[in-house]
Amino acid sequence: MSLLKVDNLTTEFHTRNGVVTAVNDVSFSVDKGEILGIVGESGSGKSVSCYSLLGLVPMPPGKVVSGTALFDGKDLLALSEPELRAVRGDDIAMIFQDPMTSLNPYLTIGEQLIEPLVYHRDYSKKEARDRAIELMEETGIGNAEQRFDAYPHEFSGGMRQRVMIAMALITEPKLLIADEPTTALDVTIQAQILELISQLQKTRELGVIFISHDLAVVSDLADKVIVMKSGDVVERNDTRALFEQPQHEYTQELLSAVPTGAKLNDNLTKDDVLLQVKNLSTSFYDRNSKTRFKAVDDVSFDLNKNEILGLVGESGSGKSTIGRSILRLVEPESGSVKFSDQELLGLSKQEMKPFRRRMQMIFQDPYASLNPRMTIYDALAEPLLYHGLADKNNVESMVFDLMDDVGLARRAIKKYPHEFSGGQRQRIAIGRAIATRPELIIADEPVSALDVTIQKQILELLVELVAKHNLSMLFISHDLSVVRVLCDRVMVLQQGRLVEKANTEQLWQAPQQSYTKNLLAAIPQL
Amino acid sequence: MNAETEMQIDKGTSLWADAWVRLGKNKLAIFGLWVVGSLIVISILTPWIAPYGYEEQNLDLGATGPSAAHWLGTDIFGRDLLTRIMYGGRISLAVGLIATSVALLIGVAWGTIAGYVGGRTDAIMMRIVDAMYALPFIIFIILLMVVFGRSVLLLFLAIGAVEWLTMARIVRGQVLTIRSQEFVEAARSMGFSTPHILLKHVVPNSLGPIIVYATLTVPQVMLLEAFLSFLGLGIQPPQSSWGLLISYGAETMEDYPWLLIFPGLVLSITLFALNFLGDGLRDALDPKASKD
Repeated sequence: MSLLKVDNLTTEFHTRNGVVTAVNDVSFSVDKGEILGIVGESGSGKSVSCYSLLGLVPMPPGKVVSGTALFDGKDLLALSEPELRAVRGDDIAMIFQDPMTSLNPYLTIGEQLIEPLVYHRDYSKKEARDRAIELMEETGIGNAEQRFDAYPHEFSGGMRQRVMIAMALITEPKLLIADEPTTALDVTIQAQILELISQLQKTRELGVIFISHDLAVVSDLADKVIVMKSGDVVERNDTRALFEQPQHEYTQELLSAVPTGAKLNDNLTKDDVLLQVKNLSTSFYDRNSKTRFKAVDDVSFDLNKNEILGLVGESGSGKSTIGRSILRLVEPESGSVKFSDQELLGLSKQEMKPFRRRMQMIFQDPYASLNPRMTIYDALAEPLLYHGLADKNNVESMVFDLMDDVGLARRAIKKYPHEFSGGQRQRIAIGRAIATRPELIIADEPVSALDVTIQKQILELLVELVAKHNLSMLFISHDLSVVRVLCDRVMVLQQGRLVEKANTEQLWQAPQQSYTKNLLAAIPQL
Repeated sequence: MNAETEMQIDKGTSLWADAWVRLGKNKLAIFGLWVVGSLIVISILTPWIAPYGYEEQNLDLGATGPSAAHWLGTDIFGRDLLTRIMYGGRISLAVGLIATSVALLIGVAWGTIAGYVGGRTDAIMMRIVDAMYALPFIIFIILLMVVFGRSVLLLFLAIGAVEWLTMARIVRGQVLTIRSQEFVEAARSMGFSTPHILLKHVVPNSLGPIIVYATLTVPQVMLLEAFLSFLGLGIQPPQSSWGLLISYGAETMEDYPWLLIFPGLVLSITLFALNFLGDGLRDALDPKASKD
């Protein structure tokens, strides 16, 4: 008998614009000691289907319309709220995406860990403490005795996710629901957390529902997989069968959109240096320790004309700070940045202005990088008019040209950013960046916030625009697979220092530094 | 223009034009706009349409309730209440609009600059605000009166000069969050000048709370004016304002309730209308709100 058996689950949201069916007639089951992967893009209903089971969908506007969910002989969907509360966090535990926000910053890790034991299981504080320390060790938190009394901010992201897992396991649940538990983590940390989950599933015979948008992660971890699209399950199969022979065309599309392999057209001559960075250092003042923290430490590199240069590193490695230092959005401490043989550091605001036109930036989050009160027309016309590239008479036709360039329908010209999807917004942001006919584009994680199929489209667009407009690009990313399909050369950054610099394929085939080797080994493979 | 540019374009023209269209669809806001508009028109026309003179006394008549000759009754000097409310409206609306505009102007500019520039400038500017908070405003206004002499216009300006403090704080808080958003950084990376960024990107995105607070400031300054006039620092009898009418009405509430009820009613209606209008404006200026 399965541990959890969900049949014909349908969940609706009643919004101002009518009824949205978030989950449509979905069925699945999980056995003891089995990992079920639920994959899908944002808005596919993969999280809502699990939240519905535990009564975690806000109601209203949400409403579970039909379905049964048998867990331990009880139908979860028929339970009252107090009965459900007893199941939640007891027999079924959850871990969430963001370990930074799901811990209370004012309580020690220990207090948060023992809370359910002390209040629900009548453990004494001493017993609970012993149990918690045992679990912390099991989940790989070293030095548990001392760290028991530490506060969340003293833990790194990966360690916090371990704490979350320990917290989820403390009541000995039979089923663990993990909602994108590694999405916010660096790739090496992700590998460790995935290893931990699969190990726990084996030793504890835990049933796991693993929700993720990342197909490679799911293919490594899950025993069986369901693929969801706009609330429907489009395909279900054993993991191996599903990834080797995807039946449904959506699954095939998803799989083909995952970046794999090397960059294709790689035969442009790239000799002229456009940007020369020498001994660049940038530091920030840390209020707490009253010291300066070096975010970028003595970095030197050249960027050639028509080249896409990748800059990879884990969070906190200073890769974004390099991009911002070149544009002088943050002021570097020392070093030199030469653009077309002109030293930029030390230029006054006024002297900098013509160079700002020639260097543009694309940001990670297309939801935040567009002014919500400006229409597409305003956003694209603004740089054109400001830099004197267009006047009142031809600005509209130039805006239309830009929209054609980035693949936006002309009729959308008067819409506001919130009326677009994430991918379309990123197209607007790209259009704004190329509006001033720049020579250099600094792209800071431009596809990280996007679904995999959209990511593929945007990457193709970037390649096309680079060729069409003779652009050079510094491509900043934490995602090595994306860098591999896009970049000519790659630089690896660790704690503000460049540790390795090589042609992309050379780096992949023969990484020189152990840090690079670890990074490459940690990438989940399909 | 080619054929494609002439095809149908999905809604909208600019933020302000869009806002106007959206405001038009909001019935409460339009009602508010009509009420406020009518009150302003009546106030302007008062000298020509008021049934009596505002200082015309009729001591024989004394205080009477509403009647055909005096629709809203008379006060103890036999002065027509409707007339006095109309004349009072001139002062009250003027103080409301002028003082609030002054507060808006100084507060938004001050808060925006402090919040956007940040660092030491921010610290100094906000400490000045704190220091002015600590200053008893009565003394501040008396000082102003002493230095510049007493005039109604100066009174308006002085009230505005006191009310901008809270506005500056609210705006600064808004700007602090907006400043750190990526679209502002994007604007900087495109080489736009600071004034351009402030006007086009920062201020429009902090309008919501500004408008709401401005509509709350209007009644505040009207009552402040009444208080100052009561102390003899503002306008003097026989001139009057809604605030003064209400405070006199409150004194005689037990004997002549209409002297309190009618001015109070007029003030309440005005404030309601302003709030509806303010809420409507806030929603109208947010493209994300009210999408139908």
